[in-house]
Amino acid sequence: MFNYLEYVREENFPHIWCSGCGDGIVLKALIRAMEATGMSRDEAVMVSGIGCSSRTPGYVDINTLHTTHGRAIPFATGVKHANPGLKVIVVTGDGDATAIGGNHFIHAARRNIDLTVLLYNNYIYGMTGGQCSPTTPIGYKASTAQFGNIEPTFNISGLAIAAGASFVARADVYNAKQCEKMIGLALEKKGFSLVEILTPCPTAFGRRNKMASPVKLMEWLRDHVVSGAKWEKLSEEDREGKIRSGILIDVDKPEYTEEYKKLTEKLRAV
Amino acid sequence: MGKDNFPNVRMMQGNQACAEGALAAGCRFFAGYPITPSSEIAEHLSVALPRAGGKFIQMEDEIAAMGATIGASLTGLKSLTATSGPGFSLKQENIGYACMTEVPCVIINVMRGGPSTGMPTLPAQMDVQQARWGTHGDHSIIVLVAATAQDAYEQTIRAFNLAEKYMTPVILLLDEIVGHTTEKVVIPDASKIELIDRKKPDVPPEEYKPYAETEDLIPVLANFGTGYKYNVTGLCHNETGFPINDNAMIEKLIVRLTKKIVSNRDDIISNRTMSLDDAEIGIFAYGSVARSAQSAVTRCRAEGIKVGLLEPTVLWPFPKDEVLEMAKKVKAIIVPEMNLGQMAREVELASRCEAPILKLGRVDGNPILPDQIVKMVKEVV
Ligand SMILES: Cc1ncc(C[n+]2csc(CCOP(=O)(O)OP(=O)(O)O)c2C)c(N)n1
Ligand code: SF4
Repeated sequence: MFNYLEYVREENFPHIWCSGCGDGIVLKALIRAMEATGMSRDEAVMVSGIGCSSRTPGYVDINTLHTTHGRAIPFATGVKHANPGLKVIVVTGDGDATAIGGNHFIHAARRNIDLTVLLYNNYIYGMTGGQCSPTTPIGYKASTAQFGNIEPTFNISGLAIAAGASFVARADVYNAKQCEKMIGLALEKKGFSLVEILTPCPTAFGRRNKMASPVKLMEWLRDHVVSGAKWEKLSEEDREGKIRSGILIDVDKPEYTEEYKKLTEKLRAV
Repeated sequence: MGKDNFPNVRMMQGNQACAEGALAAGCRFFAGYPITPSSEIAEHLSVALPRAGGKFIQMEDEIAAMGATIGASLTGLKSLTATSGPGFSLKQENIGYACMTEVPCVIINVMRGGPSTGMPTLPAQMDVQQARWGTHGDHSIIVLVAATAQDAYEQTIRAFNLAEKYMTPVILLLDEIVGHTTEKVVIPDASKIELIDRKKPDVPPEEYKPYAETEDLIPVLANFGTGYKYNVTGLCHNETGFPINDNAMIEKLIVRLTKKIVSNRDDIISNRTMSLDDAEIGIFAYGSVARSAQSAVTRCRAEGIKVGLLEPTVLWPFPKDEVLEMAKKVKAIIVPEMNLGQMAREVELASRCEAPILKLGRVDGNPILPDQIVKMVKEVV
């Protein structure tokens, strides 16, 4: 069996997540992916914002930085720009990264700075008790949308692609193996990489939306998320209401800290 | 005297002097967002930092600039951001984060008038209370102020030294007049500039606790990437840096954050005085207004009126003992400032009714001139 203990801060357990929460599955997938890439833990920094998802760094035994709501990406940008030798991972939520931190999210993608962003999309504000998020689907209930949400949602992966990210993938915790694989690819990619991870929040989302049991939410993921190869075979009609997972874009583009280094070397050579 | 003995004298704007001072202090990271009247600091460093092997980045807003500045500092680089009023407001949440996590950094605010977009190109001193209390929650903070381009240079260096020594964000305030006036700056020999660097851990990683109790109340934060893996959070935390709910530990932390600065008041505060010894009327002035006050003192003295000036170069911690001492000696204290009496409130508190405090506020975007001060002195006499 895989030994997770080497990577976690055992003294901080039990964790704060509710039973049935998907965040722990992401944590384990992340640890396996870190191990697979063989990264140096001394040189890895994990930066998060505020939310249930953003509590992940507390459990991982690397350099960890739990910042302010929505601002993980700017802090991470400072860390990476100051010391490009560090591997910088950002852990964030749908609210953290695309509501309060939306501006930073698109600008980091545009800049194509080498950050690996793991965005836990649970369609809700979990930590604060289930308020509407930019990804709460239309018609679904939240504590601030008790008659059903009327606002259209963000397609987070689409947003990152449009903003210029060099690697974007979608994964879900029902398919934990694929999740691990996508995180691994993102960690190895040079440039701004995003893995949008669909993960259940039974407490703040499921309960209000007739899916109080964690099993129901897992079944929902099983029935709605379709991985790349299968997606290609689906007719336009069958794709309706389904979510595509897997790699959505993987391109090579100039990376910010490398471009900055080139500029500095040119200036200093004169 | 040989040519080599001549001091290096240059003409520069206050904003440029801040940038030069930062470089001399060893600053190697700047993140900012353009805003008048501070943009020259960023523009200057966008050229100088890459040349010096340092890092410059223009972020998408001031919140991001503050976050990046703190992140960079955690890797060990001395880090700076600069802004003006509206941007200073945006930085506040993350300034509080730096207070709580005790990450050293310097924030320069070239003040303009407000509230809101206010007077982008006109001088004011309306952020002196925001500098102290702008972020939420109980905390202490160090705030310096510059009156000349020379000050801008030297105070930027001091700001970095205080930040590194006390592991805290330090704010340097300029008003638009100081930021944009081009004047003489004497650049000291690099070997004569005293530089302070943050403490480094003297224990192996297994024994390291970032917020372990220290005699001087100041934590030892290792640079990220040096083998000391630890956690940093804006939540109340224990000595290992992890969140806590224990009331006694919370209290200890919050009290220490203030105490580490307040108990070193004597080391931090600094004042200039002029003709205070036999003064019958005192003036309390800072920033560009202190220069008008100096000429007012000279003119009044020439007419035989006994006026003296107390000019703090550190606004927070507030020089309350010095103000009280002055209040005991004089018949009245005049506080000219480009706001409606923000520091006059503090002077009033500190003087404990030993002397009446007379506000001389100006908020129309014009500087306070020596004439105005002289006139008020004569009214008092
Ligand atoms: C400036 C600020 N505004 C609001 C909050 C309150 N807050 C904490 S977490 C959160 C939402 C978190 O939602 P999400 O990012 O989706 O993460 P989740 O908890 O669902 O993992 C909010 C609004 C805060 N901490 N700071
Ligand atoms: S509230 Fe939701 S997201 Fe937060 S820990 Fe509980 S289940 Fe997970």
